[in-house]
Amino acid sequence: MDLTIGPIAFFWTAEQVRGFYQSLAKGPAARVVIGEWVCSKRLPFWQQEIPGAVEVLLAAGKEVALSSLTLITLQRERKQTAALFETGLQVEIADLGALQHLPEGAPFQVGPTVNVYNEGTLQWLARKGATRICLPPELPLASVAVLARAGRDAGVAIEVWGHGRAPLAISGRCYHARLHDRIKDACLFVCGEDPDGREVQTLDGTTFLTINGVQTLGHAHTTVANQIAALREAGVTALRLSPQIGNFPEIVDIYARATCAELPPAAALAELHRQMPGAVFADGFLAGTTGMRAPV
Amino acid sequence: MMELVCPAGTPAALRAAVDAGAHTIYCGFANETNARNFPGLNFSRAELAEGVAYATGRGAKVLVAINTFPRAGAQQIWHRAVADAHQAGVHAVILADPGLIAHAAETHPDLRLHLSVQAAAANPDAINLYAQTFGIRRVVLPRVLTVDEITAINREIDIETEVFVFGGLCVMAEGRCSLSSWATGLSPNMNGVCSPASHVAYETVAGQNEARLGGLLIHRTAKGAPVPYPTLCKGCFTAPATANGPAQTGHIFEDPVSLDATELIPRLQKAGVTALKIEGRQRSRAYVAQVVRAFRAAVEAAEAGQPMPTGLLAKLTEGQAATTGAYAKTWR
Repeated sequence: MDLTIGPIAFFWTAEQVRGFYQSLAKGPAARVVIGEWVCSKRLPFWQQEIPGAVEVLLAAGKEVALSSLTLITLQRERKQTAALFETGLQVEIADLGALQHLPEGAPFQVGPTVNVYNEGTLQWLARKGATRICLPPELPLASVAVLARAGRDAGVAIEVWGHGRAPLAISGRCYHARLHDRIKDACLFVCGEDPDGREVQTLDGTTFLTINGVQTLGHAHTTVANQIAALREAGVTALRLSPQIGNFPEIVDIYARATCAELPPAAALAELHRQMPGAVFADGFLAGTTGMRAPV
Repeated sequence: MMELVCPAGTPAALRAAVDAGAHTIYCGFANETNARNFPGLNFSRAELAEGVAYATGRGAKVLVAINTFPRAGAQQIWHRAVADAHQAGVHAVILADPGLIAHAAETHPDLRLHLSVQAAAANPDAINLYAQTFGIRRVVLPRVLTVDEITAINREIDIETEVFVFGGLCVMAEGRCSLSSWATGLSPNMNGVCSPASHVAYETVAGQNEARLGGLLIHRTAKGAPVPYPTLCKGCFTAPATANGPAQTGHIFEDPVSLDATELIPRLQKAGVTALKIEGRQRSRAYVAQVVRAFRAAVEAAEAGQPMPTGLLAKLTEGQAATTGAYAKTWR
């Protein structure tokens, strides 16, 4: 079992992006997915960092893939998606429409916001050329096990959402802009103020969701620290770790040690708490219960 | 005339919709294969056959929504639903899952396939992929698009489009939302339910009415004021203060509103939309009849180039605000 670093969900500065990928190059992750995953309006501010990051990561021996947007609606977003397939790098689709630009016979991978819930869909994607699929975060372990078997038979590597705020929804509406009484077209890039997203609580103060522009995430950080043995047993071959602004290299290191059984689950969780003081964790989706349930 | 596609959660509602002037009725089987999997709702195989006979005898068509995502290891339940709908003689099935669509296209090549809104095909590329790969004949567009964007999509695709004009409103891209399972363990994609009634609790505390979902407090209103159903994306939340600004409490995603795009029908017609869809398979037969009558009058007016009738549905939306949602760009 190895580690995949997912695309950055949040709006970081070019400097933050550059530093982030330089630090990953030295770390233990096997592969990295890069690209604007959430809002195409952000891309011009940091896209110049992508070639350099790709170069650094490839030189460090990492596999690199480019991610599409999660929700593609505009003409320029379609063009950007088509352009991904001209780079020669592996593409990770986050919206099924991206497949329409896939060159005949080219391999691709599938991100967690594409609905792969069953063997039929997995096999159809495999026939189209999928080599790797990160499953939707809400799937319970029983489904993951069936899909990991189907993936092995079809030659598709199966990943699960291993760490980070889980993507729960995507919308046409920007909630960051709405919170500031603006509309999406006049957002003034206010999401950039919150490099890990903006917290949303229920009326009785329970920490609940995170808004990130047009994306809504859980507020608790999903972690499979307690479930790594079960995932390995099920045939899952990689964990996906989702970038966050603070102490990320240390977090990657915790999962590297946990996946090679150097770090038992309780110790891994304790280390996570140490690296992320005050953070709330969740692992309910895999257990088939409420996604936000705390690890038990 | 634009086609009016109307909901039926029961055989009685189906008959009421047909009698009120629906061109097409959509319904689902009474299990997890459809996105309105509510207790006491939906059709048995025999009821579907009777419904098809009633509708076709009066010149109307029946569609069956099989639009959840089949559970890994249990796909045969969804395959059976497609086969049974085909056998019942329905006009088309409405599907969302690529694996299920692939199965239906291969196993039932003469069955007409519609792409459910739950497939969230929001651009011409996604729609053309489904059309070219599986022979999909109609797409139900997700509620993230403006009328202008719908016009542009229709220029680039060769299949029919259907859009929602009335009823419940998803704020998130449909079929791509796990808010409900985050809070309750049950989701539209896996279980065919969102913010399910089984997890709702109402209470009066210190003179205020409260509504909770999965134990989470998301509505609180003054004594005597009605408390809305706690649908997650229309709940009331707090964004705590940050270094950049103060705390805010309110409907951070959307107000407790429903969709009413009646006024946009002429523009949707001009945009090349084939069919207008009314949400509400969970609604009563009386509600369905009233809404269908009103919208039948509206599509007839649009066809005749007359202004949209106003106030037809005032009673049904009473006490509840309506929005035209993403069809207007400022909503976003």
